[in-house]
Amino acid sequence: MVALGAGLGLKADHYADAVASRAAGLWFEVHAENHLAAGGPRRRWLEAVRREHPISLHGVSLSLAGADAPDAIALAGLARLVRELEPALVSEHLAWSRFGGAYLPDLLPFPRSDEALHHVCANVGRVQDAIGRPIAIENPSHYLRLEGHAWSEIDFLAELARRTGCTLLLDINNVHVSAVNTGSSAEAYLDAFPAPLVSEIHLAGHHADPSHGERLLIDSHDAPVAPAVWDLFERFIARAGSRPTLIERDAQVPPFVELLRERALAQERLDRAQPSAGAA
Amino acid sequence: MGDLHAFQSSFAEALLGEATPTAAWATQPGFAVYRNTVLAACIDALAANYPTVRSLLGEACFADSARVHARASPPASGVLADYGAGFARSLTHFAPAAELAYVPGVAALDRAWTESHLAADAPVLEPADLQSLGPLQLLESRLVVHPAARWHADAAIPVATIWRRHREQLPLADPLAWHGEALLLTRPRDAVEWRQVEPAAAAFVDACSRGCRVSEALERVEGETGADGFASWLPMLVRAGAFSKSDAP
Repeated sequence: MVALGAGLGLKADHYADAVASRAAGLWFEVHAENHLAAGGPRRRWLEAVRREHPISLHGVSLSLAGADAPDAIALAGLARLVRELEPALVSEHLAWSRFGGAYLPDLLPFPRSDEALHHVCANVGRVQDAIGRPIAIENPSHYLRLEGHAWSEIDFLAELARRTGCTLLLDINNVHVSAVNTGSSAEAYLDAFPAPLVSEIHLAGHHADPSHGERLLIDSHDAPVAPAVWDLFERFIARAGSRPTLIERDAQVPPFVELLRERALAQERLDRAQPSAGAA
Repeated sequence: MGDLHAFQSSFAEALLGEATPTAAWATQPGFAVYRNTVLAACIDALAANYPTVRSLLGEACFADSARVHARASPPASGVLADYGAGFARSLTHFAPAAELAYVPGVAALDRAWTESHLAADAPVLEPADLQSLGPLQLLESRLVVHPAARWHADAAIPVATIWRRHREQLPLADPLAWHGEALLLTRPRDAVEWRQVEPAAAAFVDACSRGCRVSEALERVEGETGADGFASWLPMLVRAGAFSKSDAP
């Protein structure tokens, strides 16, 4: 299998560019939820991209930290996509987004209790059983200081990986945003993160909250990767080695060539790092 | 019920409810980020799925009506491209939109486009597939409506013309002829196509979708505008891709 270098989030406007691009190590990530329709042109485009490049399936709605099991229809849809697309990577979040039959489109926080760990482990197990392979779990962005945490996020993720065999997706923009928003150290978080478990890295842009300014950062994916996040990325891969690294852009999406230029900045850094010795 | 369930119950209520939440976490500035993100994602999804309603109502009025709908009927799944099945009905209760009698019909057509776009693929019935049938065999047959075919008719409002003017960005020069209309949407290849059809033709497809034989479907459309034009609109429906191939037509 071709080694995954730096990848890009696949946008509908860029399908033809994505199929044609020949950049070494390039891969694409799609939100699984955008490809669960019964039919239609979007699916054929994705299959065309898949014929040329590795694909990563990134879920945003399975609500793994929910008190309930993942939605059975969504899980069956993900299993079908995995079977048909044979993605290089499959991932989801350490968050919840469903309650009482409603989908709340965000990645919501929860107190990291023993009870929550039990639920997340059960849900990750359900997903891995349904798709027949391990998934990677991503650290979300935090905007609140919640009470009732029995576990640090890193210990929670490491224990989740130990119990379920999942790997971890390290979102370095989320680390930066969360550190600013909760008054903690992004460097300390990264240095403590269990590098051997990391199978993918995410990078993205953020912006300051319009009312609260630089004290409250929003994980908006609507801007280039910030210099502070590039620094953190270099710090992590200097220790951990190269990992498949994705640049996410979901709003204010520039032309494809501009995304390719930003992606080249990530690829250059990966090329300078040691080859991966971890979960990738 | 454990603590996690109780926490998520109060968090979900605080996200969608009108009341100001009182929990300690809800008083932090960061809580508004979650609340805004959830509502904005719902409103953006409705805006993407109802572009014609949005252009008719204008940005601010659309966002107000979408917010009301999102709070009352949040998405049921993560497939936001399919969100908003009940939005047309919601609009009949939302005062600014309810004053415009044609808005729910336009919303129904936007929804029909979305459903056609997302529907399962299937090979379309070709005119040649029917040529081997004699008239009696045709009357006895059941035509299978294509998974991506949708239709909407209004007995009194020219909803198809209004919808097409916005979708096709046609000039508004002609005065609207105020009478009932029907629109058929199909997806014979990748793209959703639409055409105005006789109300009888839409009613015929509707009857076929309920399992009627051609003869029964024709009985049902008697009295509809254009019912006697069967010989011309049946070939049109077939060419448009309204039916899918079946082993026993």
